Amino acid sequence: MSGVDLGMPTFPDAAHRAVRDAQLRHNLGRATSTIRNKRAAVVDELDDWEQLRASGAAIKAHTLSRLDTYLERFESAVTAAGGTVHWARDAAEANRIVTELVRETGETEAVKVKSMATQEIGLNEALASAGISAWETDLAELIVQLDEDRPSHILVPAIHRNRSEIREIFRREMSGSGAPAPADLTDDPVQLAEAARHHLREKFLRANVAISGANFAVAETGSLVVVESEGNGRMCLTMPDNLISVVGIEKLVPSWRDLEVFLQLLPRSSTGERMNPYTSVLSGVTEEDGPSNFHVVLLDNGRSEALADEVGSQALRCIRCSACLNVCPVYERAGGHAYGSVYPGPIGAVLTPQLYGVESEDTASLPYASTLCGACYDVCPVAIEIPELLVHLRHRTTRERKGWFDRLTGTAMRGLGWVFGDSKRLGRAQRIASLGGRLFGRRGIGRLPWPMSRWTDARDAPAPASESFRQWWERNRTGSGDER
Amino acid sequence: MKRSSDAREAVLGSVRSALAGGQRGSADSIPREYRGQRHVEALPELFRERVAEYRAAVHTTDSTEAPETVLGVLERADARRVVVPEGLPAQWSDPVAEHHDTLGDRPRLSTTTLENADAVLTTCTVGIATTGTIVLDHGPGQGRRALTLLPDTHVCLVAASRIVDDVPAALAELDPAGPMTFISGPSATSDIELERVEGVHGPRDLHVVIVGDV
Ligand code: SF4
Repeated sequence: MSGVDLGMPTFPDAAHRAVRDAQLRHNLGRATSTIRNKRAAVVDELDDWEQLRASGAAIKAHTLSRLDTYLERFESAVTAAGGTVHWARDAAEANRIVTELVRETGETEAVKVKSMATQEIGLNEALASAGISAWETDLAELIVQLDEDRPSHILVPAIHRNRSEIREIFRREMSGSGAPAPADLTDDPVQLAEAARHHLREKFLRANVAISGANFAVAETGSLVVVESEGNGRMCLTMPDNLISVVGIEKLVPSWRDLEVFLQLLPRSSTGERMNPYTSVLSGVTEEDGPSNFHVVLLDNGRSEALADEVGSQALRCIRCSACLNVCPVYERAGGHAYGSVYPGPIGAVLTPQLYGVESEDTASLPYASTLCGACYDVCPVAIEIPELLVHLRHRTTRERKGWFDRLTGTAMRGLGWVFGDSKRLGRAQRIASLGGRLFGRRGIGRLPWPMSRWTDARDAPAPASESFRQWWERNRTGSGDER
Repeated sequence: MKRSSDAREAVLGSVRSALAGGQRGSADSIPREYRGQRHVEALPELFRERVAEYRAAVHTTDSTEAPETVLGVLERADARRVVVPEGLPAQWSDPVAEHHDTLGDRPRLSTTTLENADAVLTTCTVGIATTGTIVLDHGPGQGRRALTLLPDTHVCLVAASRIVDDVPAALAELDPAGPMTFISGPSATSDIELERVEGVHGPRDLHVVIVGDV
């Protein structure tokens, strides 16, 4: 699985990260509470919200129960409308197909609309190794890509960055891949957005290939629906002559009418707006309007396996609104990177282990990254019972992973055992931690160095004493013999 | 492509075996107890209010005054070159042609020309009151998608009779056979500290002109 960060950091790395995490905590807390309030206000406006939610859940559950039928129906509708459908069992296959399709156009660059599916399969990296540059065009994705960082939120991937950090990234990195940032760029969001507009415009007008995902795929009509705010989606879907859309097989809805539910649920849950600025619907190829060469890559990558788990398959209803992230006390403190997956927060904790399997300890430990408070279920527009799923997956990991409980919560406890099992390592870890304590005063620190990070990723650690008990003991009881 | 047909069978096969023995629901049993219709007293008024909340400019007028309103908007936007899609009724396009350089899309305007145009004037297929949305199906009077994407000002005429209460009523009016664009306010981003900034890649200025008696 890609994107898992498990290297033992050197001290400078650990310190660097911890410092950044203080900023992250601040940015994140502000951001999530803002979206939470906006969402609540626009959800309260609709007195039939619960009914919409019940329908949304039922439509998705129904589609999943007949997914084979709807996939075939979608395929024939797209084909009839002049598009080509490809099927990919896993990430490697999807990447191969997309790379091949880009190569066929003779181009070496593509513009991209923000898409979770392409992040999940590591498409940009795969294209890069084939000599193809994929330019992210969503503002937040651009920030993340320029900084060679990783997204930390489904909706606002650069939620962990504040305006002055963004300004620095633009000034430092933009010139490396196109139009540079203006020399007098300030950290005013209006100016930053303008710099992004300028930087990306030439790419949109030059590009001959676009790559997108889709929020919904309508089986009946073969339509793809792309929900966005900035207009970069419209640019990608309209300007280049070649369009390749990577769509998870769970994105299907049976009919056009079903969108009447999701186009009410999604924007209100996601950005807290009555409607997002732009929603594009495209059904195959249209003469003289948009791409003449259109491909859809239907992606399985673990989804059909998740479908087999009666309880777990609920997670496949997810419409990636990110409302559950914004209400999650664990996410708010740990941030998106801690989940080691493109799907962070409560949905990540239930989706990632199912898509990638629980063989890896990183994925197996994710269902434990929760307090089971239930806030995620309350806001979920398709009523996924995330707490129930978490418990279910905990059982499953225990069952499927022999010896799991010996290691308690996996890497975390084993890591702690590894630290506690050797006095030198414990001493080192404590010295690192207490240096952290001096750096941070008594405010409490966000994240301990690995392996204790597995524990602090999910909760706040109090600031360590500037002297550990062991240091105190050594200073005061030197020569007293037994340390334990 | 042999590989892709293998993959097709593999994915469908895996889906089928996952579903084997499970309940297969019927689409008819999906509960739809949400409101298919919202009882909105004055649709154009709500539409006007909701569009304005996105920081789009809204103008209410009637068919006699509308050309004047449009000209005023274009003048204030300092728009010299105005794109006018095919099929825009002469009652709207002629007055504009008298005062501005109008650009028709036949033969197709180049990307550069569109980029250098100052504004575009279109109609729309429906307006959604509850969400303050206009929907373009890119038919006559609306033009292909690039026309309303590249110029920095979009002026959209909305017949009051085309305003519906909410999303379900709008979708019932739309045919997804062709491309469609739902527009709710100008292009915007909230990616920087969640502060809303208008105008990233789409038109920075959206003017919605509600024509009351059409
Ligand atoms: S699980 Fe529900 S709340 Fe979370 S992102 Fe998915 S749809 Fe939204």
